[in-house]
Amino acid sequence: MIGAGGAGLRAAVAATERGLSVGVVTKSLLGKAHTVMAEGGIAASLGNVDPEDGWQTHFKDTMKSGKFINNWRMAEIFAKEAPDRVYELEQWGALFNRTPEGKISQRPFGAHTYRRLCHVGDRTGLELIRTMQEKVLATDTKVYMETTVTRLFQNDEGRVVGALAYTRETGKFIHFKAKAVVMATGGWGRIFKVTSNSWEGTGDGVMLAYHAGAELVDMEMMQFHPTGMVWPPGVRGLLVTEGVRGEGGLLKNSEGDRYMGNYDEERMELSSRDVVARANYTEVKEGRGSPHGGVYLDITHLGYDKIIQKLPTMHEQFLKLADIDISKEPMEVFPTVHYTMGGIKIDPETAASNVPGLFAAGEVAGGLHGANRLGGNSLSDLLVFGRRAGEGAAEYVKSNGYSTDIPESAVEEEKKRMLDPLQKQGEGENPYHLQQELQEVMMEHANLMRTGDSLKEGLGKVLALKDRLPNMKASGSTLFNPGWHAVQDVNNLVTISEVILRTALERTERRGAQWRLDFDGPDDDLGRVNFIVKEDAQGEVGIEKRDIPPMPEHLRRLFDENQDMSGGEKTGKESQF
Amino acid sequence: MSDRTNITDIAEMAHAPAYNDDAANTGETRTLQIFRGDGEGGSLVPYEIELIEGMVVLDAVLKIQAEQAGDLAVRWNCKAAHCGSCSAEINGKPKLLCKSRVEEYDGQEIKVMPLQAFPVVKDLVSDVSWNYGVSAQIQPFNPGKEQAPFTMYEEDVERLYEPKKCIECFMCQDVCHVLRTHHKHPEFAGPRFFVRTQWLEMHPMDENNRLQFLKEGRGGVQYCNITKCCSEVCPVDIHITDNSIIPLKERVADEYYDPAKWLMRKIRGNRRNGSANGNGGTRASHKRAEIRTNG
Amino acid sequence: MAQSDAARSTTQVLNRLPWWTGPITVTTVLIGFGIYVTASLFLFDRSEYENYLSPFYSPPVGFPEWLPTWLTPAVFVLWIPLGFRATCYYYRKAYYRSFFWDPPACSSKAQQREPRSPENYRGETALFVLNNIHRYFLYGSLIVLVFLWYDTALAFLPQGSFGISLGSIIFLINVSLISAYTLSCHSLRHLIGGQVDCYSCVTGGNARRKAYNWLSVLNRQHALWAWLSLFSLLITDIYVRLLLAGAITDLRIL
Repeated sequence: MIGAGGAGLRAAVAATERGLSVGVVTKSLLGKAHTVMAEGGIAASLGNVDPEDGWQTHFKDTMKSGKFINNWRMAEIFAKEAPDRVYELEQWGALFNRTPEGKISQRPFGAHTYRRLCHVGDRTGLELIRTMQEKVLATDTKVYMETTVTRLFQNDEGRVVGALAYTRETGKFIHFKAKAVVMATGGWGRIFKVTSNSWEGTGDGVMLAYHAGAELVDMEMMQFHPTGMVWPPGVRGLLVTEGVRGEGGLLKNSEGDRYMGNYDEERMELSSRDVVARANYTEVKEGRGSPHGGVYLDITHLGYDKIIQKLPTMHEQFLKLADIDISKEPMEVFPTVHYTMGGIKIDPETAASNVPGLFAAGEVAGGLHGANRLGGNSLSDLLVFGRRAGEGAAEYVKSNGYSTDIPESAVEEEKKRMLDPLQKQGEGENPYHLQQELQEVMMEHANLMRTGDSLKEGLGKVLALKDRLPNMKASGSTLFNPGWHAVQDVNNLVTISEVILRTALERTERRGAQWRLDFDGPDDDLGRVNFIVKEDAQGEVGIEKRDIPPMPEHLRRLFDENQDMSGGEKTGKESQF
Repeated sequence: MSDRTNITDIAEMAHAPAYNDDAANTGETRTLQIFRGDGEGGSLVPYEIELIEGMVVLDAVLKIQAEQAGDLAVRWNCKAAHCGSCSAEINGKPKLLCKSRVEEYDGQEIKVMPLQAFPVVKDLVSDVSWNYGVSAQIQPFNPGKEQAPFTMYEEDVERLYEPKKCIECFMCQDVCHVLRTHHKHPEFAGPRFFVRTQWLEMHPMDENNRLQFLKEGRGGVQYCNITKCCSEVCPVDIHITDNSIIPLKERVADEYYDPAKWLMRKIRGNRRNGSANGNGGTRASHKRAEIRTNG
Repeated sequence: MAQSDAARSTTQVLNRLPWWTGPITVTTVLIGFGIYVTASLFLFDRSEYENYLSPFYSPPVGFPEWLPTWLTPAVFVLWIPLGFRATCYYYRKAYYRSFFWDPPACSSKAQQREPRSPENYRGETALFVLNNIHRYFLYGSLIVLVFLWYDTALAFLPQGSFGISLGSIIFLINVSLISAYTLSCHSLRHLIGGQVDCYSCVTGGNARRKAYNWLSVLNRQHALWAWLSLFSLLITDIYVRLLLAGAITDLRIL
């Protein structure tokens, strides 16, 4: 398993239970993965608070929010299995807030028809990762902490048979021999300057897979979370949980207007993330922003006690970092890069990619969320497809016998490539500066409103940066050397940026997270395709427009006739309060 | 629905940054002393940086890393005090670097050191892997034959939310003199793991008994002399001593040091079943539901 | 809970004091208290002034004639509250820090001053394992507490009818603080609800849970109650002695 977030750990548990010898490789310490940042909750149609809820509604919400370019089979599996994965967590010691009947409590969330998010205060992700971590520690699974994978090795048939990694602490190389690899490395939010992602979100996994020949899907779809902190500068982009709006938080502009009515009259603040993010963006751009360039998110009417009970982490975060008591003052917020809907294209049943022996789950995998992810769907995604990836890998390993040996020269070559930036003489590029430049480019050209001209200009700049990559240089030794580590990250980030810009140029319409200002609305033809990216023989980005197979009758029936299936914004029942 | 956005207006503005960071530069500078070295030794090295409004020490360290010392090692992830990665010591006290504002130290020096209770790897990074080994030795949650979904009431679990808040920053482990000064690592689990053991022991569905681990095993709870340094440094305000360690010490006393309880157990003939005195030992959910409907 | 600005700046000032100020203060106060108690044990045999009985001597027990006269009846009762305090989780912290310097304070600098070498540190595994007897001192103290309330009631009954004077108010404050200290005890909290894993599974669980939650609130300030009640005990005893010595007269309010 590469990655020790929710998906990687769930896959490890699944594979271990099937008798495999499993190693988990993670760039950070165990339990620090980005999963801890998930605050709002985990979406599963348990129907504890709204008994009308069921997998069908969850499926519909997911598809509608993804503007129907999601993989419908993934969404179906996901909606059906999510409740079991939540109960499984409880079985392993996770503790959720309770209803008066002693069941798991569920809260409303943006664009979910019913109250559906199982939560524990505003630290659900922490609960999930800690539960999974303790579950894994109780097994024989070997965990390689602070270890970065740099390359997947394939045998002559193209099967993945291992990987090369180095330990961050000592810089020593490890050659992992593995019959199957599950990629669970999360997203690549670090290509943007204002992001809720930690340093880890550098898209290592998606690039490892890409270079191994895997197909990527929906790469143009980057989710902007509508509410990130804006002040002080050090915390810009830091997430303000959607739970604030779930608990009744109101968005207001500098004129004191509750403007969401102008964008989505029905669902107001709890509209889907892409809509709210664009609304916030527009308000600020049209001059109705706060002094620090945000809009106001007001939860003061909830009162101190309720805030402390329901949103303790948020209260603490603002008090400590911004000197703002959210029970007395509104927060200033602005959209922040949050999640990558796109990623490695996988088979819904086994989470296998098109490369034999390579599986993927979690944020690094694409297809489930389509053009926009619903809040709370990522945590259940991790578990549903984490488990399927683990089981898929186990099945694959058991039914295939072959050697995991590869020529020693391949290993040596990769080591040499890795050590190169440290051995460079003379002047070289500072990887931190390259990364900053890249982030500026992406902020300017691939932000939440895009135009063809600007994307082209951005692509030009990224290609220019790409030419400078070989000049990167790191000082010091291999011993815990962040500068050296940054060199690898920047290599990945630049290629991903190129992929994003190129696919964003292809999708000439407005759909979910992809919002082309130079086109008027959704394009029905483009609503029936995904853009698939694959490294071509020359090592360049190859893009293929691929039709989405039609939805089978039993799923199609779930949508009523007047439902706009082209990706419009009509929705079903409003969330109950 | 439709955005009421005027396309051309927005297109004009779409590329302007929302807010200009330069306005936040205060024009002042500040010197930080940062430990540079490894397990063998090292020294505090001064770095001067430009101050930015609202800056935390981690911002300062990352700025130094980007501009002056590319190989300065520091551990961090979320930068929001949720993950507990960036623990280090500022002026001799364990702190989350991402939560410590530079301005808090106005009028004082800022000396940043790595955690001292664990082997130093490099610069601000210590090897905390020992903790994961201890964690693996604690008997995990075990609901016996019960299958989720459980029926559990808020009032039965509300006190478990506090220990569950732990972000594993290991600052309590660092400040605990039993580990830091007396190096009892092989026989003492440390505050973090008493916090974990406490919620496990108090969980209404759990059937394992960890008192032997605490008293005779590598838990070593009796080494704790409740001097509360751990509670003082907890970044998520867990009252480690009062709400985790002392309740566990009381349970250990029930089991090992209380003659009356011992006599009662002898008379009743039941060994404790995960909770002191057999009091909370009834775990069958049907029983729970029964009492609920009757009461 | 959010700290007020005043509280925050006080904490900041306290944080900037040298690390040794805490332990030195605690040592001084505790030693002073010890000297005073010892002195009163051996020097004064009278403890009652009209309807006031010094809390050190409650409950009043007969003094057998065969005992040496340099002892006072206090020796029969005082060991209970003293033992309760000596084994109290808060006072343990206070004396481990200030008397034994184990550690004297939390900072890196202070911990380097800890005198014991790693081989000699036993924590509460050796001699101090005796502190586990705390709960029995609690049971005794609860009985003593009943007598203290009885004494306080008497303090409001000069010459058999109700009246309020400075003395009775001091008694009331003292007994309230001692009650707060005794009830906020960690062992009591454990006895009432801490040992129960599932309130909805045991009879009377709801009442126990409510009592536990209430005691937990009180317990948050256990250290505060420990100090305030220590001083109120001292003041009450001194007040009675001053009356006995004729140095002051009781101020009658009502």
